[in-house]
Amino acid sequence: MNRYESPLARVGIVLFTMLAASFFALPLLWLATAPFDARVNLTVHIPAELTLDNFRAVFQNSFAVRALLVNNLIIAGGAMLTVATVATLASYGLSRTRIPGRDILVYVLILFSSVVGGTAAMVPLFLLAYHLGLVDTHIGVILVMSGGLLPSAIFIMRDFVDTIPRSYEEAALVFGASPLHIFRDIAFPLVRPGVAVVAIWAFVNAWGAFLIPVVLLRSPHNMPASVALYSFYSEAGTPVHTLVAAYAFLYTIPVLVLYLIVNWRFGFRFFGGIKR
Amino acid sequence: MEQQRGVFSSRVGLAFLTPALFFVVVFLLFPFVWIFYLSFTNQTLTGASALSPSFVGLENYARLFDFDRWARAGEFGSALWITIQFVLGSALLGQAVVGLTIAWAFYRRKGLLREIVFTLAVLAWIIPDVVVAFAWSAFLDYEQGTLNAILGALGLGRPDWLFRYPLISIILFNTWRGSAFSILLFSSALETIPPSYVETADVVGASAWQKFRDILFPLLRGHILTDLILITLWTFNVFTPYLLTGGGPTFKTEVVSIYIYRTAFKFFEFGKGGAIAVVVMLINLTLAMGYLAMLRRQKASA
Amino acid sequence: MAQITLENVTKTFGAVTAVDRVSLTIAEGELVALLGPSGCGKTTTLRLIAGLEIPDSGRIFIGDREVTRLPPRERDVAMVFQDYALYPHMNLMDNIGYPLKVRGVPREELRQRVQEVARRLQIGDLLDRRPSQISGGQQQRASVARAVVHEAQAFLFDEPLSNLDAKLRLEARAFLKHLQHTEGVTAAYVTHDQAEAMALADRIVVMNHGKIMQIGTPLDVYRNPQNTFVAAFIGNPPMNLLPCHLDMAQGVLVVAANQAPLDLGLLRERIRVALKDGDSLTLGVRPENITLGAEPGPAAIPGKIYVTQPLGGETLVNVEVGDQLVSVRIFTEELPPLPEQVWLTLDLARTFLYGPDGERIV
Repeated sequence: MNRYESPLARVGIVLFTMLAASFFALPLLWLATAPFDARVNLTVHIPAELTLDNFRAVFQNSFAVRALLVNNLIIAGGAMLTVATVATLASYGLSRTRIPGRDILVYVLILFSSVVGGTAAMVPLFLLAYHLGLVDTHIGVILVMSGGLLPSAIFIMRDFVDTIPRSYEEAALVFGASPLHIFRDIAFPLVRPGVAVVAIWAFVNAWGAFLIPVVLLRSPHNMPASVALYSFYSEAGTPVHTLVAAYAFLYTIPVLVLYLIVNWRFGFRFFGGIKR
Repeated sequence: MEQQRGVFSSRVGLAFLTPALFFVVVFLLFPFVWIFYLSFTNQTLTGASALSPSFVGLENYARLFDFDRWARAGEFGSALWITIQFVLGSALLGQAVVGLTIAWAFYRRKGLLREIVFTLAVLAWIIPDVVVAFAWSAFLDYEQGTLNAILGALGLGRPDWLFRYPLISIILFNTWRGSAFSILLFSSALETIPPSYVETADVVGASAWQKFRDILFPLLRGHILTDLILITLWTFNVFTPYLLTGGGPTFKTEVVSIYIYRTAFKFFEFGKGGAIAVVVMLINLTLAMGYLAMLRRQKASA
Repeated sequence: MAQITLENVTKTFGAVTAVDRVSLTIAEGELVALLGPSGCGKTTTLRLIAGLEIPDSGRIFIGDREVTRLPPRERDVAMVFQDYALYPHMNLMDNIGYPLKVRGVPREELRQRVQEVARRLQIGDLLDRRPSQISGGQQQRASVARAVVHEAQAFLFDEPLSNLDAKLRLEARAFLKHLQHTEGVTAAYVTHDQAEAMALADRIVVMNHGKIMQIGTPLDVYRNPQNTFVAAFIGNPPMNLLPCHLDMAQGVLVVAANQAPLDLGLLRERIRVALKDGDSLTLGVRPENITLGAEPGPAAIPGKIYVTQPLGGETLVNVEVGDQLVSVRIFTEELPPLPEQVWLTLDLARTFLYGPDGERIV
């Protein structure tokens, strides 16, 4: 940007950046230092004595390790596959078929999922899982989560699908391709970035989920990391700060990595139908 | 020639849509309907009424709207009032205003400053619930928390945030947590405004505020409404404050989503939990319809 | 190659009738241009032939075979799209070979046929490039190559040159015409550019509001426009259309713009229908069939010079006649000086008269 800018505006934006950046960064900073600190201290500071002992202690807790490395991967991976597949098919079908009011439809779905979302729906969803024998299973968690994530996933995905010119598929139709050919050879390769974004988005959401697993799961060996974090709390319910911090740190790393991937590959932005 | 035939026949299109329809019907529509039914029963998790719940009519609702009790701490009326303050504070005043301010401040700017702010905001948004709740409980800690360390150093006092100002604490927390969505939505929306609109104003010498008020804001109005619809509904349903405060102290941060959780999954009163859920969903539905009507009026006048 | 026949084809989208009872035959080896303003139904007509739309009524034949309700892939046509529709994730070899691939042509034969066609279209060296790595003109050729490669019964072109800049467009136009001649293909060609239609087509179909306004050879359409729509659409600048009414008693046409009387003279014998006093008619005359002079005459109307536009080999003069602007084209490099008030003399042998319904009566 080579726009002219007054020195005052320049100073203003720097100050504003500092203010906004501190607002978002300060609450998180402690998490970056505490895991390496030998002594418990809740204030942000550079640890006097650096150590990896906290991580060692965390890995002694087999319940928490299993939660992070097995259960979380199953749940987040399962939700990712389900949501990415179903949302890709749906948004493609929606974009390429004439259904009256399909634009409104997605919007209404999003609103509806927000209206039904949250704890309000957990009661019937729990009973549903109960009657289907899905309580305390990862499948149950994956299905319920996917249902909640789908409307937004379709919304995000349409942003990508709608950018494919229809003439691409029409050309293929004229040249003799079947619908399956067209999806496999043309549509899918072209929406792959969208599939990646939706997949990562679903993964991150399922990775961090707390309420659905806590309601649907029973046995400790099925629990994801969001629940296992509380195994580092004492009997009285107070956290062992260094260990919780270390575990939280490990738990957060995949989210950070995936964010960096999306930001690097596609530029993190608002994925959804804002264009004109 | 605006209308065109779909690339596929409706049959093929339907085949693509079937899996999604399954999920929507089973995991969205079905719970929505079932919860109405539940709210008229005395369904519980264990005991006789778990196997054969009986129809209790409006009893669950009568218990919610027992106006002798409902404003007391830990009752429905109180939870509703806390929720309203929470939504107004953290969604409308918090996320929407923060989002609009930041998006506007970095309008037509690229570069490091923007990257820093956007990245931090997005991290606050996507890091798992339990982690941010834990980080915030350390941040707000009375004796050692970073916030009080800073305030103390500036001589502004060291309040016990979660005890003295619990509602303000979760409002701040949720503003911090969710602003990224509004920032991203508003910056995308701002990018769709042709630069020539603002440059015309630059040429005639409009101030930054005039440009915002006269050009950007009117063009953003539809997006602002969309943003408000979504963040209001999400904030209404958000459960994360529970991880920070557990609804306390003495129910002072018990928003309705926590109230439902306590009723249904602590006391296992599914019938009553269902009734609260129905009331909440009806409120949400009314809000959504209201916003939609405004959006339509806005579109009609544009 | 086969002929294409449309019989009374109608297609509506909601309340809009995009194609209205269109009947048309494109002979074997003939290139027919569908010409008209945007929204006239020309693209929909093409899409109906391709099978991308299904008509509400009427029948479509390719060769002797009725294809009205067949899906596109069973029609054996090839199509070139306005945006070329080259797949960005495939190189030119895969792009051009795609019609062969989906038809199950063996890999080796596919390569040979693509290479052969690409060489003929002078893009043989580019086969390992992706569409984004070649120029617009080369992309256009590649999309033509993809249509040529599978030897279809008929070719459909949907404004294939409109994304090229002016200079490239002239080159591509000549190339397409040459290709069409050497290959002898049956083709329907949609365009909104009348110069393109005139230059390329054996016959032109002028459409408006879903209806065919006129079918004829390019010269025929230019010389004998059947109605005011075709008269106004073909030609650059278009034909001048002057509203006027008939004064039988005086034997003159009165031009509405400035009430100037114009001797019917030669026109009188050529009028094919019965007219009555006071009928509202439209006089049509091409800019090159008007001469400017300082003196009045029986076939002259007065006007005032508005502006002159020298265009090199010719000069375009706009003359104000009442509140209407009339274009006059003069084939001279340097215009002789003209008085501000001039007389426009119409070449009555090349002047048309259109009735109240816009249909030609002279």
